Amino acid sequence: MIKIEKRNDVSPSIYFLTPILAIFLTLFGGGIIFYVLGFNPLEALKFFFITPISDLYGFSELLVKATPLCLIAIGLSFCFKSNNWNIGAEGQLIFGGIVGGGVALLFYGHDGFYVLPIIILSGAIGGMIFAMIPAVLKTYLNTNEILVSLMLVYVAKLLLDYLVVGPWSNPEGFNFPETRQFSESARMPILFDGLRIHAGIFITLITVFLSWLILYKTYLGFQIKVSGLSLKTAKYAGYKGKAMIIIVFMISGACAGLAGVGEITGPIGQLHRNISPDYGFTAIIVAFLGRLNPLGIIFASLIVALTYLGAETAQIFLQVPKYTGQVFQGMILFFLLGSDYLLFFKIKFLGLKKNEL
Amino acid sequence: MYKNFLRYIISVLFFLGVSGQANADFKVGFVYVGPTGDHGWTYQHDEGRKAVEAAGIKTTYVESVPEGADAERVIRQLAQSGHDLIFTTSFGYMDPTNKVAKDFPNVKFEHATGYKREHSNVSTYSARFYEGRTLLGHMAGKMTKTNVIGYIASFPIPEVIRGINAMTLAAQKVNPDIKTKIVWVFTWYDPGKESEAAQALIDQGADVIMQHTDSTAPVQVAEKAGVWSFGQASDMQRFAPKSILTSIIDDWAPYYVERSIAARDGTWKQQDTWHGLKEGMVAMAPYNSAMGSDLVKEVEQLQKDLASGKTHSFTGPIYDQKGNILVAEGSVADDGMLAGMNVYVKGVEGDIPQ
Repeated sequence: MIKIEKRNDVSPSIYFLTPILAIFLTLFGGGIIFYVLGFNPLEALKFFFITPISDLYGFSELLVKATPLCLIAIGLSFCFKSNNWNIGAEGQLIFGGIVGGGVALLFYGHDGFYVLPIIILSGAIGGMIFAMIPAVLKTYLNTNEILVSLMLVYVAKLLLDYLVVGPWSNPEGFNFPETRQFSESARMPILFDGLRIHAGIFITLITVFLSWLILYKTYLGFQIKVSGLSLKTAKYAGYKGKAMIIIVFMISGACAGLAGVGEITGPIGQLHRNISPDYGFTAIIVAFLGRLNPLGIIFASLIVALTYLGAETAQIFLQVPKYTGQVFQGMILFFLLGSDYLLFFKIKFLGLKKNEL
Repeated sequence: MYKNFLRYIISVLFFLGVSGQANADFKVGFVYVGPTGDHGWTYQHDEGRKAVEAAGIKTTYVESVPEGADAERVIRQLAQSGHDLIFTTSFGYMDPTNKVAKDFPNVKFEHATGYKREHSNVSTYSARFYEGRTLLGHMAGKMTKTNVIGYIASFPIPEVIRGINAMTLAAQKVNPDIKTKIVWVFTWYDPGKESEAAQALIDQGADVIMQHTDSTAPVQVAEKAGVWSFGQASDMQRFAPKSILTSIIDDWAPYYVERSIAARDGTWKQQDTWHGLKEGMVAMAPYNSAMGSDLVKEVEQLQKDLASGKTHSFTGPIYDQKGNILVAEGSVADDGMLAGMNVYVKGVEGDIPQ
């Protein structure tokens, strides 16, 4: 007979080491997959994980890719820590992009230091408002926030489609589904000439620091933690559950909105239909890989960003199918959840006893 | 004399050695917007790449590259990793291609369906798909019994509107009573949306369906409903053997081979290419014998005339929906007008989405 028992004490150091174990298991599993596909596993892994960041440009690209992932995941950690399942960060990102992009188009041709801050702020507010929809519906109508936030992703995508095809499309763009390129004053400043890394990384770092402050040093952070551990305790302690739900969704939405506005004013420079390659969904993996911990999320976003870059270089140099990148992301999550299970539960192998038969 | 001769030999050998080495290292990169197995747009570009490979030139491709912030990195990586010529095969790569081209003046870039050539190492190319549409219009006009032709359109860009107009004009020529009904799906590839659109058009009485989208869904719906259809981008005959009358095939192979060899041999020059039936960039799949041998012969003749230039898809008089004259009798639309086309001709129902 096999019996599964809950472990009572899990050592914190192992808790933070399992993600690293999961990454090593993924490397090992990935090596096996490459071997089965007929590639030299070590060479393939080198192209996947080392070549992309072997020069300054590659390193800058890693940060460009990790910036939105980290920002969204930080926001999600507020929701997830308090047992609120916001699955719609992608929609909040897009809506933030729509609002920020709309303001950028409004300021088309304007110069001035104030343009970019207004755009960034409006993007954050856009994401925040969009995230409040599932939160308000959950608190007042008791709807399921997973479903509502997920379905709103499609609403945001279709709204963006409508705007770039119709009213906001570039008047000189032959009806192609995209807006004008934003003015220089509406673009994130580039940090180094020739590299794409932009000032958005500072927004991310400041947000990470503020999140750490809120989560670990404030009463709100404590409330979030307690509600996550036990809703009943939180109620017994007299915490205002409804307000908290709305606040964590607002924080999460604002972060996703900032990520969206960072993309369109950073590397993209306009609105079109593909402003995000599903960053909002990938960030869920990042949040859990980082253990919902600000520092952990920074590392996790770098690792997951690397799987994107690696998939591209591995395809360029070895013609490995590009979807291996997604396989790697899936494996990381699989090994993490698998080792978590073993961390929190122990499996006991018992001999057959006579009285059980 | 002897010394000079030796010098000459050495310099020739050196030159051969250098250029030989450069030729051996010559690589061509391709950036695709979809997977190579889409049986439409990207599939045909990959067939072109295989032809380049068969011509003895090394190639690399990256598939399913999103048209957002990632495209620039992929194009740049191809340029950085020693690719000498890079084809970017979707409209959304226009700005990234030009941006990377600025930083790699020694690498040649070819962007499909775009209009920006900001640097001397960027060429653009596209095909005169509308010539194929003229042939489809002729067949549709002859085959329809309800006089309603259903058209699934992607985005209201000049390329798509040109196709709608060319088809309608050709159909009107053989059947003045036809009407073109359009459903805009605002996607290049979405089998679900495309089949819904096809069904909606059939429900509105269309008995000929065609599409300016890339999946095989519309022809499959037409096959089930028992109406006529046409394949798009590649030969889709096996997906709807009874219903398909022919397919417009995008044949990029000759162009890709020609440009790759030119770039390898140092004769590549910036240009804007717009090839059609004449050059073979637009080709037609075998015609379905179900339309009768007389019609097949007619269409084959029309195809020859379009290729030779004897007939033009946009020959006047052409009127817009309100009856204003667009092209006068006896003249043909020039390329400038075709490139910016943004009005429907008479006989098309509805308005262009704005």
